[in-house]
Amino acid sequence: MAKNKTLSYFTNGILTENPVLRLVLGTCPTLAVTTTFMNGIGMGAAATMVLICSNIVISLLRNIIPQKVRIPAFITVIAGFVSIVQLLVKAYAPSIDKSLGIFLPLIVVNCIILARAEMFASKNSVLPSLLDGLGMGVGFTVTLAIMGLIREIIGTGQIAISESLTIPLTSAIGIEPMLIFILPPGGFFVFGLLIALSNKIAEKQGKKAVENIGCEGCPVKDCCSAKEEIEKEEEKND
Amino acid sequence: MTSSIVSIILAGIFTDNMVLSKFLGICPFLGVSKKVSTAVSMGGAVTIVMILSTAVTWPVYRYLLAEKFAYLQTVVFILIIAALVQLLEILIKKFLKSLYKSFGIYLSLITTNCAVLGITLLNFTENYNFVQSLFNALGAGLGFTLAMFIFSGVRVRLEASNIPKSLQGLPITLIAAALVSLSFIGFSGM
Repeated sequence: MAKNKTLSYFTNGILTENPVLRLVLGTCPTLAVTTTFMNGIGMGAAATMVLICSNIVISLLRNIIPQKVRIPAFITVIAGFVSIVQLLVKAYAPSIDKSLGIFLPLIVVNCIILARAEMFASKNSVLPSLLDGLGMGVGFTVTLAIMGLIREIIGTGQIAISESLTIPLTSAIGIEPMLIFILPPGGFFVFGLLIALSNKIAEKQGKKAVENIGCEGCPVKDCCSAKEEIEKEEEKND
Repeated sequence: MTSSIVSIILAGIFTDNMVLSKFLGICPFLGVSKKVSTAVSMGGAVTIVMILSTAVTWPVYRYLLAEKFAYLQTVVFILIIAALVQLLEILIKKFLKSLYKSFGIYLSLITTNCAVLGITLLNFTENYNFVQSLFNALGAGLGFTLAMFIFSGVRVRLEASNIPKSLQGLPITLIAAALVSLSFIGFSGM
């Protein structure tokens, strides 16, 4: 039983609470870097590393950080790890650094990481937090890889594994690639269809479909003054 | 000089639109765009924070960090933005009550907005000088507001239409965003 519970911390992030498709967190990098399969993997790996490290540290510090300043403290921890990963990627994988560009430092404001710090690591001990980070990271990476795969195959007709190795797929049998899929509209479109698919699967399992994202999904909603005001405003307009 | 500033602003609004072609600030774009009035207020708040944080981060990086501490860029920038947003919220709440009601409430949402951190970082990857950076922030903010405005208009229509069950909610919103984004691609040419 204990083993099953430990394992569920890990599988939770991949399936039942997939951060991208079920929790709808981290949409910016999901849409922006999935123009190719390898970019998706690179972004996923970088975010996973930050997620695991920040979950461990925040879990260790959970009794020390005062409640009122927890969000700034979390952001500082996350920013520190993002800088480390940024330097590592720059040194050892310069091509990934180039293709991810500004989205590598922007992992700081990736809501998946802050959300897991707030919802999980600040309330649980180190081992579950580590597994949660790993599971969420893998779930994020797999989703980005699938999206990258779809967009790259339809948009270019091939898969580029590295600069010298590309596998031709539909382009080899003479199907014209649809360039629009690697442009921004393709990102929104593929993401929309993937969410629809995951909703359909969730519905079959008797779970709720994801709603339009609003304040519910935001990691800082508990310490945010805007939530109630926006709701009031929207009610008034109705 | 003036021609480069005009082109920076136009690029920020149309061809390099923050939301629709750079994918920055998707969360508020999808989350706070249900009503036209809320969407525009949010856009205004983002624009002001973008300009202010550019005005602070640019000199800090150029004169304090660039030589020896370039690796601290990410940490310092996010802390500056967070502190600035909090300060602005407190000041507006205290001195400009009516302004606070119309857009001050959105300020705390902006702390972790990737569009704001994104624009302060982009100023350096694009090698803009101080004045160019300020106008870059202005253009990006206006572009963000325009995208929010157009999209909230589309969403109001969406709510009244008949949509297949699996596509209801977020999926159809994203597909609508794809179509709006498609129209913005027209500005840069296919």
